[in-house]
Amino acid sequence: MFDKMAETPAAWLSGQGEEALVVLSTRIRLARNVAGCRYPTTADTDTRKRIISYFDSVVTRTSSLSEGQYCKATDIDNLDRDFLVERHLISPVFLNGDLSKAVLIGRNEQLSIMVNEEDHLRIQALSSGLDPQGAFDLAMKYEGEIGRHLEYDYDRDFGFLTACPTNAGTGMRASVLIHLPGLVLTRDIDKVISRITRSGLIVRGFYGEGSDVLGNLFQVSNQNTLGLSEADIISRITKVTREIIEEEAKARNRLDDEAADMIEDKIWRAYGILKHARVLTSEEVMNLLSAVRLGHAMKIIDFLDVALINEILLLSQPAHLQKYYKTEMDQSRRDFVRAQMVRQKLRKVGP
Amino acid sequence: MNMLCQDCNKREAQVHLTQIVNNEKVSLSLCKECAAARGFHSPLDNVPFPLAEILSGLVHPGPEVEKVPPKEELTCTACGLTFTQFTRQGRFGCGECYNAFRSRLEVIMRKIHGASLHRGRNPEYDKIDQQASMPIREEERLSQELEKAIADEDFERAAELRDKLKTVREKLAVEETSKG
Ligand SMILES: [Zn+2]
Ligand SMILES: [Zn+2]
Repeated sequence: MFDKMAETPAAWLSGQGEEALVVLSTRIRLARNVAGCRYPTTADTDTRKRIISYFDSVVTRTSSLSEGQYCKATDIDNLDRDFLVERHLISPVFLNGDLSKAVLIGRNEQLSIMVNEEDHLRIQALSSGLDPQGAFDLAMKYEGEIGRHLEYDYDRDFGFLTACPTNAGTGMRASVLIHLPGLVLTRDIDKVISRITRSGLIVRGFYGEGSDVLGNLFQVSNQNTLGLSEADIISRITKVTREIIEEEAKARNRLDDEAADMIEDKIWRAYGILKHARVLTSEEVMNLLSAVRLGHAMKIIDFLDVALINEILLLSQPAHLQKYYKTEMDQSRRDFVRAQMVRQKLRKVGP
Repeated sequence: MNMLCQDCNKREAQVHLTQIVNNEKVSLSLCKECAAARGFHSPLDNVPFPLAEILSGLVHPGPEVEKVPPKEELTCTACGLTFTQFTRQGRFGCGECYNAFRSRLEVIMRKIHGASLHRGRNPEYDKIDQQASMPIREEERLSQELEKAIADEDFERAAELRDKLKTVREKLAVEETSKG
């Protein structure tokens, strides 16, 4: 399954949209439950199957949904599962345990709906660049269409009810994936993060083998879902993301003023390794691509575009690599093939 | 000088998170495995919210809940989940649980969200202009609570409520003027 998808770049990593030099993508997730049914984690198999059959009939009756790809969990093998996780179409825990679950993937992969994750429905919209409003509108469109056929669990005080109290209210999580090499290099990142957390948002980086944040990628998302409106969440995350972008720009200017030679060297070295290495781990690729992405944004490397950088980033993930080459590989084989894929992608461009 | 993971106390902590949850600092230092167990795998997952830490604070009462006399167990009639079970697992069993635990959820929601009333979309009001009707309810509820606190002579609580009410009203005033 999903072989066609593996050959096409994900739309939400197209490098298009506002602030695409710094913000990779925006995601809006809405949690909804069907009124009168137990939540998936405590429900018996019959109830979970009932939820799926409800959703089946919603899909059949809704043309915008029926044109998507609708799969039952039992039809998705392990490699496809990892592939969908890497593509952010399902959550990592989604396919653990009981398999009375399903996922609907909309055209262009901008929409995915998980059935029987922690909540009955998790409606998620993805968009390239900084686009909380666009992603929200898309998610709401489908939320509304589904809501015509299913009654959502809703309470006067607590809003949309969810399995976890951290999601109740709007059931909405907005998040932005942002690239902050400047702030990491100038060591201003902690300062910026602690300021942001005071504004009700969470910033988080993922740590690899060393102490550095992998690929200098951070996720900014709203912490609270209750007590503020959807519009509040959108305006807050947009405002704060713009502030971070401004701080990142300042940091890059400082680097350019104070350490231009060193930065330029770091960027070209990264490019050189990507272009010529014979063995590359996915963490290594993430970090090297971070330098190259910075080089592109600072106009040091002028022959690359963001879409290609994003494509390599996605294809270098383990499941993507195996889907792309249509064969299962162990780790050492993957590291070899990954380097080959990166060289091939970069062959067509630049020196 | 490696720090140990606070969940398993065995492996080295590699994921460090400091979150300010409504003005309270909560730090998590986890190994990769335990971070994954909390649903944290890659930069794109949802943030592992320190829910267990917050809910356990309610089971082992801090100063805020200490003065409340011990209550009898609440049980959801629809799914059978008890309030104690809820605080342990951090998950509701069904929508009716919210109703069953309503009296104790306000404190929990304030801890998690800094608010206890929904202000977002309301499916029932979808056709009518609903934005304005939401914050007024929070104001109403706070005023009622304030009256009750004064009647109970719980002045500490009354002062706290007065502050909250002030914030809500300021917010309302700002919204009014921005609407022009
Ligand atoms: Zn651990
Ligand atoms: Zn229940």
